[in-house]
Amino acid sequence: MYRYDEFDQGFVRDRVAQFRDQVSRRLSGELDEAHFKPLRLQNGVYLQLHAYMLRVAIPYGQLSSVQLRTLADIADKYDKGYGHFTTRQNIQYNWIALKDIPDVLEQLATVEMHAIQTSGNCIRNVTSDQFAGAAADEIEDPRPWCEILRQWSMVHPEFAALPRKFKIAVTAAEHDRAAVRVHDIGLHMKKNAAGEIGFEVIVGGGLGRTPYIGVTIKDWVSQAELLDYLEAIMRVYNLHGRRDNKYKARIKILVNELTPEEFTRQVEAEYAAQRDHEKIALPQDEIDRIAAYFAPPAFETLPETSAAFEEAKAKDEAFAIWAEMNLQPHKVPGYTSVTISLKPLGIAPGDATSDQMRVMADIAKAYSFDDIRVTHIQNLVLAHVKLDDLYNVFLALDDAGLGAANVDHGSDLICCPGLDYCNLANARSIPVAMDIQNMLAPRDKELGKLHINISGCINACGHHHVGHIGILGVDKKGEEFYQITFGGRADEKATIGDIAGPGLKQEDVTPALARVVDRYMALRKSPDDAFIDVLEREGHDPFKEALYAAD
Amino acid sequence: MPLIKLTQKGAEAIAQSWTFMSLENMDETPPEGLGVTMPLAHYLDDSVQPIGTNSVGVRLAPDDDASLLEPHLESLQLIEITFPKYVDGRGFSQAQLLRRRYGYTGEIRAVGQVLRDEIDKMVRCGFDAFELSDDVNAPADVVIKEASRYANVYQPAANGATPIFGLRHARSRARSTAQ
Ligand code: SF4
Repeated sequence: MYRYDEFDQGFVRDRVAQFRDQVSRRLSGELDEAHFKPLRLQNGVYLQLHAYMLRVAIPYGQLSSVQLRTLADIADKYDKGYGHFTTRQNIQYNWIALKDIPDVLEQLATVEMHAIQTSGNCIRNVTSDQFAGAAADEIEDPRPWCEILRQWSMVHPEFAALPRKFKIAVTAAEHDRAAVRVHDIGLHMKKNAAGEIGFEVIVGGGLGRTPYIGVTIKDWVSQAELLDYLEAIMRVYNLHGRRDNKYKARIKILVNELTPEEFTRQVEAEYAAQRDHEKIALPQDEIDRIAAYFAPPAFETLPETSAAFEEAKAKDEAFAIWAEMNLQPHKVPGYTSVTISLKPLGIAPGDATSDQMRVMADIAKAYSFDDIRVTHIQNLVLAHVKLDDLYNVFLALDDAGLGAANVDHGSDLICCPGLDYCNLANARSIPVAMDIQNMLAPRDKELGKLHINISGCINACGHHHVGHIGILGVDKKGEEFYQITFGGRADEKATIGDIAGPGLKQEDVTPALARVVDRYMALRKSPDDAFIDVLEREGHDPFKEALYAAD
Repeated sequence: MPLIKLTQKGAEAIAQSWTFMSLENMDETPPEGLGVTMPLAHYLDDSVQPIGTNSVGVRLAPDDDASLLEPHLESLQLIEITFPKYVDGRGFSQAQLLRRRYGYTGEIRAVGQVLRDEIDKMVRCGFDAFELSDDVNAPADVVIKEASRYANVYQPAANGATPIFGLRHARSRARSTAQ
């Protein structure tokens, strides 16, 4: 993975010093909250219902064991001994004192981490495929480009006060695990006719109160042109994005109000207007330097299958089920990527205790070339594990309460913090999620793949629009209701789900979903006939009927 | 309103020597010895002329198209860029275009809600003068401190600082030619 050189190190240190100064001016009263707010946001500091929250950047979800251990230490020293992994592949601490934050940032800097631009109206943490560099279906490792984008977007002086937040995702696999079509900019790495790898540029996707699937504005941009092309997009947005209404300020609104054709024309005109001396023209030396950090680790030459793995599956059924659910094919024979589910029963989805973080750090060090990823589904991934080692890995995880077998299944749901933490929430989401998990967990294996996403308000941090089943908390005259959507998906066939009908009371949500999955079981033709496929084939009506069929 | 200008040596407080004339007060005679800035539309409209022989500058609003000034840049000494709200970053792009794309060499002054903590980004985008908000306590030495918050930065921008990627490879190129 990428390592800081003295320039990167100096930069984060300068940033910590700047924010330390800003915090002390806030604490002394020289800065009032209104003026401090945009400054703290661009350093990842939110004011929540009960306390300040700090969101630490995990660039493209990549962590080393030393970094994860440091996150655990911070959770113990400054928070209540746990952290919350988010859909932006970041980690949040919900109970942290403002006066401590500069020290936390200083500690993060010692392990090459920061909280820069994890919030605020700026370019946010770039996200990517959690299996980057390992997935059997990618054409190239996208992480060097994520790192290039991280550096390009760090305190970019021109794009520091955008109309609204700005999210970029990169994938290099045919099967899109980075949800690039629901980002402000999605980059899909592809080959052109000449076999060179470049980027399909997708703009204007996003969730929130007006969800849109992004549109491709350019089929292919070369690596040499990428940053300048992105600057053109950013400049058009910065100058012309709406600033009169924060709910209409995302780039998706600009793209759709102008029409995608006119937006594209403006970007192309801005790109064409760039003069030679303005071009970033990132030197090939620099691209190569960054790419070298992502060279594959020293994989052993191994057979396709592992006798030890097969034996362990035969004798331990729990392991066999976990192996069926939580593994991802790896590009190197004899290896696999392991998803550690942070959705066991009885825990807020995405939470991990400091002890669990240390266990995962140790396992990664021992068995996964020190390589850990955070996924936008709020799980962690061990990128490169030998099949021979899987049983040991499973036992160690299970011992720490991390052995849940449910990845991509119903109880592996995405859930935002909701009313328990978030001051924008209309409704609680965590208790609803836990209740659904209790119902679904025993049926996960039988039900197959199913994505359920829950948001506590229209801001859609829980990505409810793109869940196969989406759940949105709404407030009706002081009472919490839950609106259900069907048919959303975030992959290469990205679709916004359709609202099924009137909202449900909290106590009715789980029984209603139980009827929905029963209906699915009745309609499917085989165990391979997944929920989303049946939904698309049969239409939403049978499922709506089941949803509202309470006696 | 404290007015600070970057200089060769650093920064200094300067006296206000310009006055802004909107269309409404355009027929008034500006005080003698002061330059006059006016809205872009008036500046571009030949029929609108201030009375007297004062120097003329432009004040850009956030939704003005800065590229319209390109043919006039050689004759301009001052362009004011307005920040009605400090969270509105359009002025950053306007300054980058004027300074970086069109090579304007006169003064670019930030006016409106101009806060201390924006100075580092403004300097990089090409601003060299700051009419700070009344409640901002930032004398020249503080402005210098803010302008030099970051020893090095990642992006090329209007102030011409070599970005980090350039520094990295200038060094390795220097090494390889030395060998
Ligand atoms: S979706 Fe709403 S309730 Fe949930 S975290 Fe986002 S803003 Fe808060």
